Amino acid sequence: MISRIISLISGTIFGVGLSVSNMINPEKVLGFLDLFGQWDPSLIFVMLGAIIVSAPVFFLYRNKNKPLFADNFSISTLKSIDKNLIIGSGTFGIGWGMVGFCPGPAISSLALLNTYSVFFVLSMLGGFLLTKLLDRIIIPTQHT
Amino acid sequence: MNIINFTPQSAFLGGIIIGLAVIIFFIGNGRLAGISGIVNDTLVSKQNRTDNFLFVIGLVLGPIFYIFLTKIDIPFLITSSLPIIISAGLLVGIGTKIGSGCTSGHGICGISRLSLRSITATIIFMITAIITVKLIG
Repeated sequence: MISRIISLISGTIFGVGLSVSNMINPEKVLGFLDLFGQWDPSLIFVMLGAIIVSAPVFFLYRNKNKPLFADNFSISTLKSIDKNLIIGSGTFGIGWGMVGFCPGPAISSLALLNTYSVFFVLSMLGGFLLTKLLDRIIIPTQHT
Repeated sequence: MNIINFTPQSAFLGGIIIGLAVIIFFIGNGRLAGISGIVNDTLVSKQNRTDNFLFVIGLVLGPIFYIFLTKIDIPFLITSSLPIIISAGLLVGIGTKIGSGCTSGHGICGISRLSLRSITATIIFMITAIITVKLIG
């Protein structure tokens, strides 16, 4: 039960962070990706802020074997830099650069009732399902 | 290259807030706040489905809280056409699924854990995104 409240709270705080930093706004993100044009470095500061807060916690918890409200930590143990990681990340980047939406901001932006956000999120879900379907045939994937 | 619209303070503050969300989810539930994974699992996995669904609901509630508390409108602009939006959504879904993560899972959680996989993934998706913007922007 508590884990559900934690999930809701974490998601909400995450969504507030995306709003405060304006990363929910595709135009802002495209400003960052427009490195060779009119560049807006803000996204780097978002990542820095998040990493500065979370990295010490990950470090301190590296030897703990139990979180507060779940039986165990569920964290990817994958180490190898394989073909899937490279092809998948490359593909994701193309989609990200086309509109300026990655999954978090796209979901959060549903709050702003923009029709385009709805279309993007539905297509993204379609991409997940399509990959699951193809997964059985050609490309075995593992998710963090 | 010209620098414009740079908002370091709000970006850094927003980043710190996102970091808080990451550590609460990690210390509380033992999980990484990788959003592509959470959304994907809500859709296709029975494991932790309620948790995942509630996280997604929270993501949508976040901006509503922000607007309610600050009375500030969130700047928001999409200029892409519908076919581009749909293609991009598909590529983001397929790419993050095959590549095991997105900006949050690899870019924030993975880099914070010094995962070589995530650092590599982040460099790759940044490069292809920047090239894409250069080509179509």
